[in-house]
Amino acid sequence: MKTLRLSALTGLAAASLLLSGCASVRNIEPWVKPYERERLADPIMKFSRDSLPDKHREHWHDVREGARGATGVQGGGCGCN
Amino acid sequence: MLHARLHRACLVLASAAALLVSPLVQAAPVAPSQAAPDFTLRTMDGKNLRLQELRGRVVLVNFWATWCGPCRQEMPHLNRLYDKYKGSGFVMLGVNIDDEPEKAIGVATKLGLHFPVLLDSDKKVSRMYDLNTMPSTVVIDRDGRVRYVHRGYRDGYEDNYDKQIRELVKE
Amino acid sequence: MAATRLQRWLAWSAPIRRTLRSREALRRVAVVLGGGLLAAHAAHAVDLPEDKAEGMIHVYSGGGVTASGPALLVRKNIADKVSLSAGYYIDQVSNASIDVVTTASPYRERRTAYDFGADYVYRDAMISLSMSHSKEPDYTANTFGVDVSQEVFGGMTTVSMGYTRGSDTVLKHDSPEFMDRVTHWQYRFGLTQVLTPKWIASANFEAISDDGFLGSPYRAARAFGTLIPERNPRTRSSRALKFRVNGDLGARNAMHAEYRYFWDNWAIKAHTLEGGYSRYFGELWLADAYLRYYKQSKALFYSDDAQAETLYLTRNRQLGTFDSVSLGAKLSYTWKKVPGQYEIKANGAYELVQFKYKDFTDIRTNSPYSFNANVLQLYVSATF
Repeated sequence: MKTLRLSALTGLAAASLLLSGCASVRNIEPWVKPYERERLADPIMKFSRDSLPDKHREHWHDVREGARGATGVQGGGCGCN
Repeated sequence: MLHARLHRACLVLASAAALLVSPLVQAAPVAPSQAAPDFTLRTMDGKNLRLQELRGRVVLVNFWATWCGPCRQEMPHLNRLYDKYKGSGFVMLGVNIDDEPEKAIGVATKLGLHFPVLLDSDKKVSRMYDLNTMPSTVVIDRDGRVRYVHRGYRDGYEDNYDKQIRELVKE
Repeated sequence: MAATRLQRWLAWSAPIRRTLRSREALRRVAVVLGGGLLAAHAAHAVDLPEDKAEGMIHVYSGGGVTASGPALLVRKNIADKVSLSAGYYIDQVSNASIDVVTTASPYRERRTAYDFGADYVYRDAMISLSMSHSKEPDYTANTFGVDVSQEVFGGMTTVSMGYTRGSDTVLKHDSPEFMDRVTHWQYRFGLTQVLTPKWIASANFEAISDDGFLGSPYRAARAFGTLIPERNPRTRSSRALKFRVNGDLGARNAMHAEYRYFWDNWAIKAHTLEGGYSRYFGELWLADAYLRYYKQSKALFYSDDAQAETLYLTRNRQLGTFDSVSLGAKLSYTWKKVPGQYEIKANGAYELVQFKYKDFTDIRTNSPYSFNANVLQLYVSATF
């Protein structure tokens, strides 16, 4: 009886944690550690290296074509600090 | 009957949850007041250096990489701190985690680092210390216990390092 | 009665209370409960973009249009808290395009644009404000935007959202009584995910709405063989979804591939596919090559020569059925480098674009119009 009570309470607490865990990804460990990001920190892995030429390219695409949008990106890189 | 089934279900649920939740439940391997995990790494000069041998001195271990901007920003300050306190029983270790040690040696030489640079290219020590930020700085006291952990580098952190080293060196 | 109930509760909760009395157990509970909060605060903060200055000469030449000019950009960190940027862009346009040549006369015009930005970092979020002002003799455009990006999940995932509002004023040469306005709203959402230590992917979605004068006061449409002024709807609502992946191929090589799908309420559907390859040569050289394919289907009210009376009509070939293929190459030379201090690079990029229109007739030759465009960018970039 005692163990059932204890395991029932633990089970309930764990279940509520699991549910909250489903809303976030805290229960899965990030699989790329900050000390493994050497390749991602290289400039050739950046989505945009220099802003002026990329802005110019986006500008003439917008002017000469009917489609526009969804070009800007962030993220990746060295993940420092 | 129902009781036993309920009992078993709760135990299964609890153990499943415990398995999933355990990464959170485990304390970080390197936290203040814990013994600093021992390691042996090769230095830039080719000799081996073991953390245990530095018992009795205050040690600042700084994990850095050539591809990490804030790490390079921090280096001149660390150099200065090493020169300031090395006579008072203080030693600084720069653990580099580049895949290619040659690049690390090149950058360390160019930056003119005075303190020993250790090479951890297979990331064993990084994993042991469970680094979750680059750069990471761990300040260890004379008894080999971790006293302060700094994650990342921002302007002004070097003043904190200075204060902490001074405090530990006086012990 | 109460005593026995209390006694029963005490007996029932004994093992739990015993556990809670243990400091170790309390610590575990605190870690579990606070784990989420700790995870969010303890680990990551984002870095401000690095200081840099860029100067560029750009040239676009194709289909009778030449647009060229200088551009400048400076970005500086203030007290490691805010990164400010300022840009200046000039477009000297010499327009003798097919529209202009066949329906009007060539002209020269200059467009000047300024933009300003401020980036602020707070823990693992970055907030960016941007403003731009673009002015040419008959068109003024102002935009204001906000972007927020947050690193989550140990820095492996970046979530970003943005909003831009633009407000333009449209005038017409030699018609001082003509004045109209356009308002634009852009909503962006992006997700970047580190897949492995060598692969990173991103997904971006953008919804754009426009309200106001959406055509050109000079452009003519054609109905029953005669030229008439074009009639565009006064609203447009579009969506674009782009997927991109960057991969490190080892030995200082990398590739990238992206696909964008665009659709709007003018019935235009467009696909963009691009692939590129980058490679280092020695310590000083970096080369890129890229191939881009773009295909679009026409707007509902687009017609080369309308044979029926419709509410809206346009012959703007940018809204017709066409595809374009472009091949580009870029070369970067590291001119001066002091690691940890500054780095200056000289770069050049060239792109050859072939446009092929399916339902726009070149009335000079009576065949579907097509032309090649050359795009050249020469720029110097310095980080310090």
